[in-house]
Amino acid sequence: MGNNNNDKTDQSILELLEQNCRLTSGEIAALLDLEEMIIQQRIVAMEQKGIICTYQAMVNWEKTATEKVNALIEVKITPQREVGFDAVAERIYRFPEVHSVLLMSGDYDLAVFLEGKNMKDVAQFVSSKLATMEHVLSTATHFVLKTYKKHGCIMEDGETDRRLVITP
Amino acid sequence: MSDWHNYLNDTVKNIPPSGIRRFFSLAAEMEGVISLGVGEPDFVTPWHIREACVYSLEKGHTTYTANQGLLALRKAVGKHLSQTYQVDYNPQDQLLITVGVSEGLDLALRVIVQPGDEVLIPEPCYVSYVPGVILAGGVPVSISAKPEDHFEVTAAMIEQAVTPRTKALLLSYPNNPTGAVLSKQQLSAIAAVVKRHDLIVISDEIYDHLTYRGKHTCFASLPGMQERTILLNGFSKAYAMTGWRVGYAASNAEFIEAMNKIHQYTMLCAPVTAQMAAIEALKSGRQEMLKMIEQYDRRRRMVVRAFNEIGLPCFEPGGAFYVFPDIRPTGLSSVAFAEELIKETKVAVVPGNAFGSSGEGFVRCSYAASLASLTEAMKRIADFTARKIKRL
Ligand SMILES: Cc1ncc(COP(=O)(O)O)c(C=O)c1O
Repeated sequence: MGNNNNDKTDQSILELLEQNCRLTSGEIAALLDLEEMIIQQRIVAMEQKGIICTYQAMVNWEKTATEKVNALIEVKITPQREVGFDAVAERIYRFPEVHSVLLMSGDYDLAVFLEGKNMKDVAQFVSSKLATMEHVLSTATHFVLKTYKKHGCIMEDGETDRRLVITP
Repeated sequence: MSDWHNYLNDTVKNIPPSGIRRFFSLAAEMEGVISLGVGEPDFVTPWHIREACVYSLEKGHTTYTANQGLLALRKAVGKHLSQTYQVDYNPQDQLLITVGVSEGLDLALRVIVQPGDEVLIPEPCYVSYVPGVILAGGVPVSISAKPEDHFEVTAAMIEQAVTPRTKALLLSYPNNPTGAVLSKQQLSAIAAVVKRHDLIVISDEIYDHLTYRGKHTCFASLPGMQERTILLNGFSKAYAMTGWRVGYAASNAEFIEAMNKIHQYTMLCAPVTAQMAAIEALKSGRQEMLKMIEQYDRRRRMVVRAFNEIGLPCFEPGGAFYVFPDIRPTGLSSVAFAEELIKETKVAVVPGNAFGSSGEGFVRCSYAASLASLTEAMKRIADFTARKIKRL
């Protein structure tokens, strides 16, 4: 198998796992018409290379009794010599309550997604940890009111199969 | 009380009830059925198409259109056929927008068939071909494609069925129910027979985009065939638009004019909303369509492999979204297999003989179903088959 084929296979495996990470290598092998062994090897290789980072469940916490508050915080920072934005970004993403950190083009530099137990919790984190951090110029906090769609997954009950059981 | 049956016209009376209909009643009564019996995409129409339709309604596009359909849609269809298959049709008089391929098929048969004319129909085939020919006053002549040929009809089989009364040949590849496709060589051999016997071809290519190895050959693109072919296609399958009811016919101006004559009096025009949506589908639907095709392709491989492992031999279909496994190892007829399967496991498939007698011994399974349903259905079919084989 040439490299191109490998790339194509890897891409197909990634697409399938991104949709449903509980597919077994046997199931993936059947879908791609390949040997299970090959699928296993490719997955292990991609895990080792850090292409596949983790396997997570997508949870709609809004449907549970657990209270959670999410916020997007726009952060402006002064880039530093040699390391640019990376050093500050790392200081931020090391906090476990920080879900995602993205470097953005446009009005602000970092988009920080935060999860807290309640609004006070989030406010506390921003004012005591984030805003006071060296090289952080300013922050703007936006609380999430409702999540409609996340990572391609629609949170409200999706479209149901409206087809008749048998059609020609 | 009068016996209203006696008032019915004989032609209609003599058309046997559809095998699918009967089976539908059985399945519809049951709850929690996993259905592999559905002949339509499990995807909902891509959002950009639905959104374009909503926009057209907001703008007040709620009127009749020209009988032949919106010129903008005919132009888009013409451009699509020219770019995809290098066949050129004049949008003014060689294209007709129909209410699905279903209407196109009816019109094509009605303008071609004289009372008593024979129409060749390779079987297994879509359920409306034989009744369609009868309703048009013609005589359907079935040609049984063989399992050992993977249900691909051959030029020789067609030639053998030709008589002095043969008027037309009805082709449908990729095929419903078998998923069979014909190569360019096979179709060219058929074209030679068509030419030799001066036949008209009605080519239902509704599954043309859903092919998984090699490119689809449009019958009209073969040398000398465009004029004598009525090409039928639509948006139902490739764009997941079954409920919209929109398709098209392409042929010489004489045939299209005749078809439009019936269409204007019986249908007036295809729904404007669906025509608007079809324009959007042709304009920017390719990306989403390719995504759906990729998913079908993966499921296809999975299902073919599963059937062969179960011990129900299944050839690899090159198109559509059906597999047609051989259920004879269970010792059951295709009707018995389908009935016992749904009663014992709540999995619905369609008996092969609903598509012509040559489908006996086979069942049609649609893989237009979610991966989870397919996986579960294949498990149940495996257990069921093992039980039936053990009892033999
Ligand atoms: C071979 C074939 N032709 C025609 C049709 C009907 O298509 P439409 O929805 O365009 O009327 C179907 C639908 O199942 C089909 O399978």
